[in-house]
Amino acid sequence: MSDEKTTDDSQVQPVPDKEVDSPETRTDDAPEDVEAAHSANIARWQDLSDEELEPVQVGERRGMFGATRGQDTSGYGGLRTPTLFPGASPRPYGSYFDEVADTLGTALGESVGYHDAVERVVVDRGQMTLFVAREHLPAVARTLRDDPALRFEMCMSVSGVHFPGEPGRELHVVYELISITHASRRIRLEVTCPDEDRHIPSVVEVWPGANWHERETWDMFGVVFDGHPSLTRILMPDDWPGHPQRKDYPLGGIPVEYKGGTVPPPDERRAYT
Amino acid sequence: MGLEEKLPAGFALTTLENVVGYMRKASIWPATFGLACCAIEMMAVGTPDYDIARFGMERFAATPRQADLMIVAGRVSQKMAPVVRQVYDQMPNPKWVISMGVCASSGGMFNNYAIVQGVDHIIPVDIYLPGCPPRPQMLLHAIIELHEQIQHAKLGVNRVAAARAAEEAALRATPTSQMAPTHDHLAHLAAPTGKNLLG
Repeated sequence: MSDEKTTDDSQVQPVPDKEVDSPETRTDDAPEDVEAAHSANIARWQDLSDEELEPVQVGERRGMFGATRGQDTSGYGGLRTPTLFPGASPRPYGSYFDEVADTLGTALGESVGYHDAVERVVVDRGQMTLFVAREHLPAVARTLRDDPALRFEMCMSVSGVHFPGEPGRELHVVYELISITHASRRIRLEVTCPDEDRHIPSVVEVWPGANWHERETWDMFGVVFDGHPSLTRILMPDDWPGHPQRKDYPLGGIPVEYKGGTVPPPDERRAYT
Repeated sequence: MGLEEKLPAGFALTTLENVVGYMRKASIWPATFGLACCAIEMMAVGTPDYDIARFGMERFAATPRQADLMIVAGRVSQKMAPVVRQVYDQMPNPKWVISMGVCASSGGMFNNYAIVQGVDHIIPVDIYLPGCPPRPQMLLHAIIELHEQIQHAKLGVNRVAAARAAEEAALRATPTSQMAPTHDHLAHLAAPTGKNLLG
């Protein structure tokens, strides 16, 4: 059985000499294809209301110097400061970000609507973040990887963030993408899901390297990646209860014994912030 | 070994203890159990600069079946704990354990859910070596201390008696938090104020 040939030799084409540059020997995208993709991006995908341009509140800081955790003599107990993240950015975004947004818009226009898939584009401190709706994540991921003008072949990391102060959007999953073809362009995708329904489609089929990163995000935050081949704990023991990096998970320290006294664990001591 | 179990306490057993102690301490093979940063210092002890080979210990046994000493070098995470126990169980007697560094001794700077607060929660420890990480010279000092312990270890009926005495002493001992503090924590308040230089 093992001696049977599994390939049909009559169908196999001999690979021409690599020193000759012709369409058969090229292994990357032909420059003409990239040019064609670039020139197709004439549409401007923007339509922002004033409300979308406002900073987004993701939480609130109450008091300072531990004033809410003990006797407040500083007067800072009544302090209420919102924690603000930048809102949607207006056009033009600058550098290669416009090109990426336009290309994505054109490429997505046929299958999924750009405005359905991308909730918000934030360009802050020279970095671009695309907020993608979770149901459209596989389509957006595949487009970002496959379109010749985008070509974000590498997913560097998948991280989780927990915002208890953002109801309906508590868990964020952040994807860092790199394009090697287009001179190390970097982009970030951010997908949110509510705490009650912690499901996000997996991108393992698009970027296989995200496998362990998604396992870590599941382990630490409890985000279930639908379509992941083996979503199991990777940092904690297999039968560990809870998801440690969530904000509502305790630090888990024990009091430390010294001669003449005991020191409580760090989260139970008096706070100075 | 059967001989030392059968000898009554006396000159013969004492001589045997000396000989066996010398033999055992002179040929310890450590098991490779470098877990984290302390492993680098353990590797440094193997270099010619600090030279663990002068004790015959340069042959770190990768298999616990051939190891005498387990130097737990580094923090033990919750996921690693059953592995530490299994490797310890696979070592044949006589075996000793040095917990190298503060993380192995007591959890170190990591007082949280992920790190076991001291490897003595899992295996019995003979020498605790503090440091973050301990210098190679400190590890050599711990090994020399262990050599002294091994040299003076009792066998047979003497060992049983010594173990019983150690247990009684431990039961009678004061807990650490009730011992006298090493210094007065409020001494700065009782100190006399300096001269008023503006008056």
